[in-house]
Amino acid sequence: MASDKVQSVSDADFDSVIASDIPCLIDFWAPWCGPCKAIGPVVEALADEYEGRATIYKMNVDENPATPGKFGIRAIPTLILFKSGEKVDQITGAVGKAQLVDLIEKAI
Amino acid sequence: MATTHYALIIVGGGPAGLTAGLYAARARMDHLLIEKGAEGGQVLLTDWIDNYPGFPEGISGFELAEKMTAQAKRFELNSMFGNVISMDLSAPVKILKLDNGESLSCDSLIICTGARPRALGVPGEKEFVGKGVSYCATCDAPFYRNLHVAVVGGGNTAVQEAAHLTKFADKVTLIHRRDELRATKIVQEKAFANTKIDFIWNSTVTAVEGKDGVEQLRILNTNGKESTLKVEGIFVLIGVLPNNEMLPLTDLNGDEEGFIPTDCETRTNIPGVMAAGDIRSKEVRQVVNAAGEGATAVLATENYLTNLS
Repeated sequence: MASDKVQSVSDADFDSVIASDIPCLIDFWAPWCGPCKAIGPVVEALADEYEGRATIYKMNVDENPATPGKFGIRAIPTLILFKSGEKVDQITGAVGKAQLVDLIEKAI
Repeated sequence: MATTHYALIIVGGGPAGLTAGLYAARARMDHLLIEKGAEGGQVLLTDWIDNYPGFPEGISGFELAEKMTAQAKRFELNSMFGNVISMDLSAPVKILKLDNGESLSCDSLIICTGARPRALGVPGEKEFVGKGVSYCATCDAPFYRNLHVAVVGGGNTAVQEAAHLTKFADKVTLIHRRDELRATKIVQEKAFANTKIDFIWNSTVTAVEGKDGVEQLRILNTNGKESTLKVEGIFVLIGVLPNNEMLPLTDLNGDEEGFIPTDCETRTNIPGVMAAGDIRSKEVRQVVNAAGEGATAVLATENYLTNLS
């Protein structure tokens, strides 16, 4: 698994990360969340497949409370897709790969 | 070329699958365990487990899953991440198709695909998933600090997680369709003694309403009275549905709800195919049962393979 392709993002660098015109998917997670762990391998596989076409980041909601608050996140895992600083769509729950592919394709 | 045929394939890595994996690895069987997410399955959704023997202080679901995985791996469990989308069990050599287009085959199969939380199926529920509707208190409780939330259900999961939610929420209202709880007595006692939990009996939720997030629930009492309850969140913990989308249910003689019947040795009606854990057609779904069934399934499989050769 090429987990190094999924980088961490913090409240501080969030705005600059989502400003990219390459679609960017943020995986909001926490260490105490089982389902977050469950989708980990899927997210990593997608980072590999979409290399160059979309970037995937993880945000730890324990360490970064501001961004999840701003987007009204009440459940994790939540994955939000951004393009050029704008939110495109989001998914909550440990969904399957196909649903995440559908999500990313909305911005490509 | 990568191996594509195994004497035994185990599908699913919850407590049943991991125990089956442990037994298969220790028996030095030619085996593979396929898990689609993370090892642990629904245990990962459980805050705290006080009824799995060997842990006198209790253990978090997360840690139990990690320990089970580590134990199986100590004996060289052969596992992979993959998503099985269909199975052909009509011949002695069973074929599994994965979502990446690959196929695997095996002489014997243990189905441990488990179950997932059941939804209410009421208006507004889907729309507000992640915005106030949750099926995992362990995951989402910290987002409800000092708020008022509802829990729907009356079984162990609902009552135990209601208590967990009080660590964060100001108030937890448990809504149950009967006039008494189904949860184990000690779990009930704790909930009744918890001043942050109140109860709405003989009632069901008929709608989830709000604007950007959940704001209120519509509630119907069995006496026909309707009411509303203002809450910021609703945790739906009303039992499980089988993870059976990849199974040939007709061939396996699936029950009315889609679970798989077996004999007491976990054998299904197809020779060489066992089912263990929550996917089995049964009354009691506990971690300790699932683990026991996983062990039974491997021993039944060894018998089957011995007679095959």
